[in-house]
Amino acid sequence: MISNTRTPYFLSAPALGLFGLMVLFPFLLTFLLSFQRFDHQVGIVPGYTLDVYKHILNDSFYWEVFGRTAWVSLSTTLLCVLIGAPEAYVLSRMRAPWRSFFLVIILSPLLISVVVRAFGWSLVLGPAGLLNSFLQSIGLDRVRILYTPTAVVIALVHVMLPFMVIPVWTSLQKLDPQIENAALSLGASKFQVWWRVVLPQITPGLLSGALIVFALSASAFAIPGLVGGRRVKMVATLIYDEYLHELNWPLGAAIALILLLVNLLVMYVTQKMMEGRYARRMGS
Amino acid sequence: MKNGPLAILFHTMVLAFMLAPLVVICLVAFTPTNTLQIPWGTYSLRWFSAVFEHSDLLQSFWNSLVLAGLAATISVVMTVPAAIAITRYNFAGKQLVQGLLMSPLIVPHLVLGVAMLRLFTLIGAKGSAEWLTLAHVIIVTPYALRLMITALVGAEQNVEQAAASLGANRWVVFRRITLPLMLPGIAGGWILAFINSFDEVTMSIFITSPQTITLPVRMYMLATESIDPMMAAVSALIIALTAVTMFALDRLYGLDKVLVGQK
Repeated sequence: MISNTRTPYFLSAPALGLFGLMVLFPFLLTFLLSFQRFDHQVGIVPGYTLDVYKHILNDSFYWEVFGRTAWVSLSTTLLCVLIGAPEAYVLSRMRAPWRSFFLVIILSPLLISVVVRAFGWSLVLGPAGLLNSFLQSIGLDRVRILYTPTAVVIALVHVMLPFMVIPVWTSLQKLDPQIENAALSLGASKFQVWWRVVLPQITPGLLSGALIVFALSASAFAIPGLVGGRRVKMVATLIYDEYLHELNWPLGAAIALILLLVNLLVMYVTQKMMEGRYARRMGS
Repeated sequence: MKNGPLAILFHTMVLAFMLAPLVVICLVAFTPTNTLQIPWGTYSLRWFSAVFEHSDLLQSFWNSLVLAGLAATISVVMTVPAAIAITRYNFAGKQLVQGLLMSPLIVPHLVLGVAMLRLFTLIGAKGSAEWLTLAHVIIVTPYALRLMITALVGAEQNVEQAAASLGANRWVVFRRITLPLMLPGIAGGWILAFINSFDEVTMSIFITSPQTITLPVRMYMLATESIDPMMAAVSALIIALTAVTMFALDRLYGLDKVLVGQK
């Protein structure tokens, strides 16, 4: 490591300049915008007020949308934990060629556009889709599932699962299989080994995966837009409507900033919790 | 250690869940009818030819391709010196610099989109392809930066010091030692940046114009407006294209390494 006063700033100047112009400055603008007011006759009214924030806090519609978004994101996170963690474990116990083969299959949807995947789910869950054809063929009633929160959760789990499998997989790689064997030879049942030996060691991976899944789900746009439709309004689709249909930019800006704030807060709290946990573990 | 039958059953169900929507798309794409249905017995390529006759769709495909190529290249050129600064120097505010450059991973793309829209209207850049490219540079930079930092941290720093002590100046050290050591990170970073730009929809939907519209945005619009099997054909083509890319990536790097990231 070289301690030099000027060179590193010079080296990172192009990137910093661009990020200053296109991240920090626009955020400042959006922050200011959220304290303005929109009028359907005159557009954005000059002068700064707290009107938009008051409007959001006093209207139960917005609470409902935020509540729905939180609920959908939490369900998605929980399902990703319940499916992703065991799947990563099963993968890690496979033999050499199959292991990377199946890992790639589980992770590959990451590389396919989320619009394509959302469209795929609308084909599976639609009124004449795969699911309903299957239900009919075994003599059951059709279900109306597309354009419901359930459909959004299903599609979100599909999109988010790789983000859960990756960190759990990474922490499983660091695990020493001899410890499991030791526990087994000392008379622990398979379940005990999983619960008392494996799980505690992959908890950090599990938590960071859950954090990513929750944050990405809460701000997901294409999935609720295509699988939830107009009926299942979520925060992201609400912001989109305010900006591009209602043209009420101050309101959209305020909702976007609230979303950002909640996301950052959840990350911060989780991080602090994890640090606290480790401090205890290390015995300090 | 081996997986029991229960574990294999679970694994099969997860695989089926992950592949179901993709398989259904590829089947529906071959329907001869006008509705989004899985064809039984009769197949047709009519919706694929419809894709190639849809000039808007082709235009947005080229838009996306050029945009992703430019954004990935600019991002890599800009990130190489930044990655060197972060891994080879101690300086005040290093954490902040790294935090800012990685921030597009934490800030929702939707929020970036509305912020960019505000900036673009203010400076009169709405609909500009150049500014759209810069916006994409922002969102792909974290991916490029992360791979380059990994490559630089993993590389032997002694070699650089040896070269310097033998009289090589800083440019020669960079050109002959550091850059070759970074090359895997640069290539991997470029590819990840390209893919992420090519697939980006949430931010782009706010800042594209009819002239600069990208493929995912066009497809999002198509999917909300119509129930035409052509959408299935485009999607199937994208899946095929991704599969080919993945195969190439796997041959070059090992796909599990690219997706999981080096530790």
